[in-house]
Amino acid sequence: MTLRAFDVSRPVLALVVALLAVMIVLPMGWLLIYAFASKDGQPTLDNFVTLFTDPSFVDPLLATLLLSVSVSGLCCLIAAPMGWLVARTDMPLARTVRTLVMASLVTPPFVGAVAWEMLAAPNSGLLNQLWRLVTGAPADEALFDIYTMEGLIFAIACYTFPYVFILVANALDRMPGELEDASSMLGAGLWATARRITIPLALPTLLAGALVAFLQALNQFGSPAILAIPAGFHTLTTKIWSLFQFPPKPELAAATSLPLLLLTVALLRTQASILGRRGYAVLGAKYGAPRLIRLGAWRWPAVALAMVVLAMPLFLPYAALINTAFSRVSSQILSPETFTLHNVVFTFWQLSSTMPALKNTFLLATATATLGGVLALLIAYIVARQAMVGHRLLAFLATSPLAIPGIVLGVGLFLAYTRPPLTLYGTLWILLIAFITVEMPAAYQQLGSAFHSVHPELEEAGRMLGASRLRTLMDITAPLLRSAAIATWCFVFVGVIRELSAAVILFTSETKVLSVLIFDLKESGDVGAIAVLSLTMVVLTTVVIIIANRIGGPREARVPTRVGA
Amino acid sequence: MQRRSLLTASLLLPLGARVVSAAPAAEPVTTALVEAAKKEGKVTYYTAMDLSVAEPMAKAFEARYPGIKVAVERSGAERVFNRIGQEMASKIHRVDVVNSSDAAHFISWKREGWLAPYLSDEMARDLPAEMVDPDGLFCNQRTHLSTIAYNTKLIAPADAPKGFADLLDPKYAGKMVKGHPGYSGTIMTATQQISRELGWPYFEKLAKQKVLQVQSATEPPKRLEAGERAVAVDGSDYLFWLAKERGAPVELVFAVEGTPQISNPMGIFKSSPNPSAARLMVSWIMSGEGQSFIVNLSGQYPANKQVKVKPGRPALAQIKTFKEDPVAVEKQADQIKAQYAKYFKV
Repeated sequence: MTLRAFDVSRPVLALVVALLAVMIVLPMGWLLIYAFASKDGQPTLDNFVTLFTDPSFVDPLLATLLLSVSVSGLCCLIAAPMGWLVARTDMPLARTVRTLVMASLVTPPFVGAVAWEMLAAPNSGLLNQLWRLVTGAPADEALFDIYTMEGLIFAIACYTFPYVFILVANALDRMPGELEDASSMLGAGLWATARRITIPLALPTLLAGALVAFLQALNQFGSPAILAIPAGFHTLTTKIWSLFQFPPKPELAAATSLPLLLLTVALLRTQASILGRRGYAVLGAKYGAPRLIRLGAWRWPAVALAMVVLAMPLFLPYAALINTAFSRVSSQILSPETFTLHNVVFTFWQLSSTMPALKNTFLLATATATLGGVLALLIAYIVARQAMVGHRLLAFLATSPLAIPGIVLGVGLFLAYTRPPLTLYGTLWILLIAFITVEMPAAYQQLGSAFHSVHPELEEAGRMLGASRLRTLMDITAPLLRSAAIATWCFVFVGVIRELSAAVILFTSETKVLSVLIFDLKESGDVGAIAVLSLTMVVLTTVVIIIANRIGGPREARVPTRVGA
Repeated sequence: MQRRSLLTASLLLPLGARVVSAAPAAEPVTTALVEAAKKEGKVTYYTAMDLSVAEPMAKAFEARYPGIKVAVERSGAERVFNRIGQEMASKIHRVDVVNSSDAAHFISWKREGWLAPYLSDEMARDLPAEMVDPDGLFCNQRTHLSTIAYNTKLIAPADAPKGFADLLDPKYAGKMVKGHPGYSGTIMTATQQISRELGWPYFEKLAKQKVLQVQSATEPPKRLEAGERAVAVDGSDYLFWLAKERGAPVELVFAVEGTPQISNPMGIFKSSPNPSAARLMVSWIMSGEGQSFIVNLSGQYPANKQVKVKPGRPALAQIKTFKEDPVAVEKQADQIKAQYAKYFKV
């Protein structure tokens, strides 16, 4: 029912729309204007001619497409069997495997890329050293070379396949067992059932997962910047970033951002239409619990396989980071003789950027989680209770940042707020706007679904018993939403700590955050300090997530999924 | 090309004609200056110097003048230049003292009128004239080289390259690491010198050697020490030395063709929010005490004539170096970046 007694609806709507305009419409507007303007501001299509003819732009475009397609394929290849193992078989430790896959999402992808450099740089990489030690191969032979397109595909897939895994495992959980039972009762063997029932039912989800992986790879900035540049190629995101080096070419950066933006929008629409149709086969059934397939002798090999997969994003990278954090040289294996606290002392007692960056990061994460959370709560409430005209527009604006890659948002905000009337560049405000925008869709969706779970009847009962609207909100709705709101707060907090791609365009020396500091240290190859800061970051993030799960109660832990980091 | 001692003279002379110079009067470091600096309480130092030298130097200054905190903002010199340009355009005034490994930047900043003149009396007394801008807007903080180096565990001395031409030998393909002139001032300065002496076709051929491309000139020494590549095409010499002195298997090569030489000017911004602390810091870094600190820690070549080169390091005059030409770098920088990107793809 529509609640018309909302007197303040117009001003509130105006305020929220204005805020969303400042966050999204203005930056994207300037991005469009710049993309179609020459250096001196005349309208032109020259930027796009350059984009599609100059090899220094065409090559990154092609490299990005190759990268995204490959990451997407690889992720499906890994995630589909893993998802099937944990959801539909009696593999031991299935819950642990699920938890560990989720845990691997805590690692910011750029930290993972640095860790994989330590592991698989062709000569100094620990895995390559081990391989040479075992096989006696000569000094310049390597098993892995992370500084290649294949290496980059691998490093990005490590931190992307969990998204596909979660989608696939959840879909398989929900798949009715009766259909498979019927199939086997009708005489189909295990393989025929899989081919005719299980795979067709899971396929739409897998396709949606493939698109998520494609998007992640497409808009990733940190990993390509760390691995592709040494390998001697650019992706679209690193190319956009390099256009901000001296002499800055904002028009070209804007033009290069547009294909990225359009591709993302198109893929998200495709994904929505696939996921929207997903339920068709299972309509109307009263589902039984999915039938678990007995693996028999294959139970423990299956666990071993899952652990090998988990070593890639989790065990090996953290071993490498710890090794580097306490060694003088990252290519040395840690031992009692080589153990040193040099990097820890350097990072926390000498490096003068550490404390300001930590302070900025905490300030921004807290402010984004609080202000962004309140804004998302307001929008979610208005939309869920259809409390005012225009709620659809609000829902659209709140989810639209999903389609804006972080680096593109960074470019847009840079163009919009380095000029009057709002010269925000150089302040923490511009980063706050960027972070709220980036986190808004996840926060809104999480709180929106929480509102849907609180039936309006409860609120109406309160109203009928004579409580005011505010009192109803305070006494009935708020307590029911408490755990969802706290969980959202924590996940936004964590999301901000990990953000790199927008921050790397928008920071100035005084507004440096932790992720940017790590990225800056990469430029001078100070891997010891990087390892210490990355571990610090991951420990902080993990603590916040654990608290969130404690307070959030039995709700499934959610990791914010968003595009580009 | 060989006249090392006068090299910096030719470096700084073209920047402002000596005849019309307006050198500021040398100022003593008074208690009033120290008190004013302490009142400001902080100073922001933008630099391209490796953090392992810059941060201890900042701590030494803080210990010398308690109550003044130094914020070190380190990045590749080309990125420092870009950042300052962006910040000035947006009227963000944070930088107090700036130090770049690309001397051409000071030509540009001087032309913009962004630098404030400063000369302490110790600087006036102990800095050779060729180390100071005629208008007193900046001075050379120190000099370093960009040398070839190799990992002695991976390459026997007999197989080591003798100079740049050797690096084109197929036996070094896939074994080299190199900094990037789009990020590093040291590499920008070196690239201008090498392209002038050996021609751009040299780089075109070098790019085909499957070089590991890193950004800052401070990274090749770290990659070499880790054993990631056997040969560094370039990199800050003091970091190769420090690694070698730590016992790492690193050996420097002074190329037969000549070694790129890089001056590192330092100046104070007019818009400095902490002008007294900025002056105090510059005076201290250029004093015998500050220069000795840099030399003892890193072994870079001091500008102050009272300070001797670190024992165990060759004197600059003994090394065959290329002539540094910031005026040419300033004119050619964009073209150098474009040409380099064309060959090396990034």
